[in-house]
Amino acid sequence: MDKANQRFGFLCSLPILVVLGLGFLAPLAVVALYSTMPERVFSLANFPTFEAFRTLVEQSYYKSLLWSLGMAVVATCMLFLLCWPLAYAMAKVFRSFALAITILVVMSLFVSENIRLFGWSLTLMKGGLLEGHARAWFGIGFEGLLYNVPIIVFGLVYVYLPFMLFPLAQGIAMIPDDARQAATDLGASRWQLLIEIDLPLAAPGIAVGSLLTFVLAAGALAESKLLGGQAVIVIADEIETAFTYSQNWPLGSALSVVLIVIIGCLVTYGLARVDLDSIIGRNR
Amino acid sequence: MAATTILKLDGLSKNFGAFQALRNICLEIIEGEFLTIVGPSGSGKTTLIRLLVGMDQPTEGEIRLRGTRIESTPANKRPTCMVFQSLALFPHRTVGQNIEFPLKIRGEPPARRKERACELLELLRLPLEYYGKRIAQCSGGEQQRVALARALAFDPEILFFDEPLSALDYRLRKALEKELKDLHERTGKTFVYITHSLEEAMVMSDRIAIMNAGRFEQIATADQIYARPVSKFVAEFMGEVNLFDISGTDRRGIGSGSLGSKDNLDLGLAGDEVGTLMVRPEFVRRVEGKGSSDFWVRGQLRAEYLLGSRLHYEFDCDDGTTLTVEKLREDRFRCAPGDEFLLGWDLANSHVIRSRG
Repeated sequence: MDKANQRFGFLCSLPILVVLGLGFLAPLAVVALYSTMPERVFSLANFPTFEAFRTLVEQSYYKSLLWSLGMAVVATCMLFLLCWPLAYAMAKVFRSFALAITILVVMSLFVSENIRLFGWSLTLMKGGLLEGHARAWFGIGFEGLLYNVPIIVFGLVYVYLPFMLFPLAQGIAMIPDDARQAATDLGASRWQLLIEIDLPLAAPGIAVGSLLTFVLAAGALAESKLLGGQAVIVIADEIETAFTYSQNWPLGSALSVVLIVIIGCLVTYGLARVDLDSIIGRNR
Repeated sequence: MAATTILKLDGLSKNFGAFQALRNICLEIIEGEFLTIVGPSGSGKTTLIRLLVGMDQPTEGEIRLRGTRIESTPANKRPTCMVFQSLALFPHRTVGQNIEFPLKIRGEPPARRKERACELLELLRLPLEYYGKRIAQCSGGEQQRVALARALAFDPEILFFDEPLSALDYRLRKALEKELKDLHERTGKTFVYITHSLEEAMVMSDRIAIMNAGRFEQIATADQIYARPVSKFVAEFMGEVNLFDISGTDRRGIGSGSLGSKDNLDLGLAGDEVGTLMVRPEFVRRVEGKGSSDFWVRGQLRAEYLLGSRLHYEFDCDDGTTLTVEKLREDRFRCAPGDEFLLGWDLANSHVIRSRG
């Protein structure tokens, strides 16, 4: 019986295993291999030199990596602060409005990310919606609000809001009401309630939301291109340039490998500490 | 008992929209007593305890703790605390951290906290190794004790209980009822307990308050409530009972006429005053002839039920009503269904409930 079940389970997972193997693992292996090749070759049939990794350090590509990771950290923190009250309201206060909020937030995903970012670009640019109106109505012109680091972070926060909001709301919904009431009854102030009960018990949701937004923001490209102009070059931009304009596949691969390793370690560490089952609803 | 009032409820009412959950509740809780509030579900007892601990505010009325009004003080500023029905232990904390929680909130140093937690583990007869155990590793009864220890660590003026034993199995519940009573004696604290189980109330309490439809029907000792209930509701709530509607002039049972009684009995009812004659099933016995007991009734045995140490009988009376009788095993009736009996009891074992209004 158990054995039959196991075989059935394996057969069921076979299609996805094939897709993942060919579409996900194989390209990763290719990228990893290319990163070891001498620069500017287009074949894997060379002796590995790890030259690309030296270039990566010597030519300050690590700066782009730091910008990407740094902005991702800031965006994740801001999203956490921004989403906590809203997620709390969805999970505990206005439960009847939770569906309405969900639909509103999800609706923003119906329009492609690039189009939405172009919308912001038109709104914020010099002569755009904001500056143009300010100049026409009050005669006060100013430089556009685009092409700086804060606006890139704003873009990241704007685009990845749903990825923080929903896991967080799920995590907060897992906090038992009676534990909060008991803590209050035992003398805890609102602040103590937050520190002692809410944050630790919502930790799985916080971890999942933060990992999702961080991973997505660290690999984001459109925000820095469309809103940031050339203010800073993010790592995804460098990777794209290496593969296309510079025709240096090993360098692009080396940059990708570094990014994948850093993010992979973070996610593994984060998920190892979180009971994912409890978020899905099992093991409770 | 030096009767100092610790908590005084005065004209307490709570409305939810048009629904009156509590109507004009008045109660004085005496320092150091074990008071149990009993009522069927929907009687308002949970609403009442939420007001008492500060999780909700009354629509009207006052709550005074040692003379100071506290009805609008939030729960975290009140010197009282509650053991929840669900226990509400913190799943992400160990047993020790749970017990220490109120001390941590108060900002006591870790060494002092641990010392107190160990004292409480000992008081509740939990092994000291439990200090580092996870809540999920404890059994139901152990979790119960941890919840109690946490509440005691808070050192409340009054400890409230919201049916904390209702989820446990029968044997454990019986054991913990006695432990709780014992704990009450050892700590000397004021315990206010809410339950729908009368048995629980009788075992533990100094006084019982019977609640129905948002108000108190009777507040008295278990004995008084059992023997001298003030209303039909209380009489029926306190276990099996036989009731006969009578008046000062009609002693044969209004509308039935099946009840026989001696002529010279003083029932305390004047003229046409209406009341209810109550007799508990254990006081009804088999009598030889009319007049050998103060009251009598003819009945035909319908069924005999075994309750363990006791036997429960149901008799059909002439007028179609049912008379219940309970006997100890050793006094078992020798009879079969269908047998006719003359059943009687004395005035000393009955009680007349006067109709109100």
